[in-house]
Amino acid sequence: MSERTVIDARGSFCPGPLMELIARLKYGAVGEEFEVLSSDKGSANDIPEWLKKVGHQHIETREEAGVWHIALKKMK
Amino acid sequence: MKILVVGGGMGGTILSNNLARRLAPELRSGKAQLTMLTASDKHMYQPGLLYLALGRMTPDELYRDQASLLEPGIELQVDPVETFELDKNQVKTKGGKTHAYDILVIATGSRPAPEMIPGLAENAEQFYTEQTAVKMFKRLQAFQGGRVVIAMGVPHKCPMAPLEITFMLHDYFKDRGIRDKVQLHYTYPVGRVHSLEPVAKWAQPEFDRLGVTYETLFNLKEVDGKNQVVKSEEGGEAKYDLLITIPAHKGMEVIEKNKLGQGGFIPTNKTKLTMEGHPNVYVIGDTTNIPISKAGSTVHYQAETLGENIAAIVKLGQPVREHDGKVFCFIEVGKDRATYAQFDYTTPPDPKPPTKAVHWFKMAYNKLYWTTARGLL
Repeated sequence: MSERTVIDARGSFCPGPLMELIARLKYGAVGEEFEVLSSDKGSANDIPEWLKKVGHQHIETREEAGVWHIALKKMK
Repeated sequence: MKILVVGGGMGGTILSNNLARRLAPELRSGKAQLTMLTASDKHMYQPGLLYLALGRMTPDELYRDQASLLEPGIELQVDPVETFELDKNQVKTKGGKTHAYDILVIATGSRPAPEMIPGLAENAEQFYTEQTAVKMFKRLQAFQGGRVVIAMGVPHKCPMAPLEITFMLHDYFKDRGIRDKVQLHYTYPVGRVHSLEPVAKWAQPEFDRLGVTYETLFNLKEVDGKNQVVKSEEGGEAKYDLLITIPAHKGMEVIEKNKLGQGGFIPTNKTKLTMEGHPNVYVIGDTTNIPISKAGSTVHYQAETLGENIAAIVKLGQPVREHDGKVFCFIEVGKDRATYAQFDYTTPPDPKPPTKAVHWFKMAYNKLYWTTARGLL
């Protein structure tokens, strides 16, 4: 597993974890892996749904102590 | 102790006034020095730009002289920083001066960056500068009907702005008697009409009631001005006669040039408000990379926490509290109703139905802002 850039969006009600991811992905390189940390369980659905629609790779989602970790790779 | 505040916007101004009051004896005795470095001798009330674009405020109402807003004890220098030398605890300015500090606060803000999306700057109207807000107002006045598309980039300043401009455009065209000739089409980057779920649950039926159509999961990719089509990263396309954008924002160029943070946003500890790796450098407002609204109220509350903490460092040798991430945002729902969203790092918002009373309080706040900047409200 390559080193992942962590986007710590815990406690982000607004603009929220998905918006943080969208903003940060602009500056990432193709092939770069990210891991979003979210305290909102809705992120477990919202983020993979968006990744699929745009065409980035969803690697995994896991929950640890109330924090959702969503790993992904920028594909374009 | 030398305290240097870089930036004379809302955050830098509220913080400096807060500190000048808390540290008045220390500033008089010379135990502390407080200097503000800023790029302009004018201070703009940025939320007023939304009203300017709709002909409900004029440019002169947005400005005050920066010096008139500051407490005695603050040394104001209109001389923007060009180089940050954090390893030497000093900055260098455009005017060639070097300022050493014990505590540095960076509050340089953010700027609209429509140039990040091909075709956007040339083909869309936006209200994030005085010039573009006036241009948008004139374009709206000349508009006689057709399809208006609202599209946005992220991050953007004031997460409520997309909803507010849409509701206000509805009333604007209704007042002109041409609402039936205008189709308002709202697009949004995530899978609902606003990032805050409770706000989205309230706003979507409002859109339905007002006849505003919407399309979610729509992230700006490019604008084809020749064919008047805006395209999304998700593969969507929206045809427009008038395109209005809330553009993605970046931090200020000086932050990028000094390599202090990607996109001009500085990595910042969200409770201490310190720059990562630099315990004597604080960052507030739009300049941070904290996952929180880029909005005036965000930096208002940050400035109050930081004022208390920096004063405590001078008086006690250490800060006294952590920041809770409080935000309070008005949400204009047209020309005569408004609501609000209040939340912090642990408490989600619970917006109430819009009322005329909240709208008039917002109207009053547009004037009361100058007391906020002075650190009084």
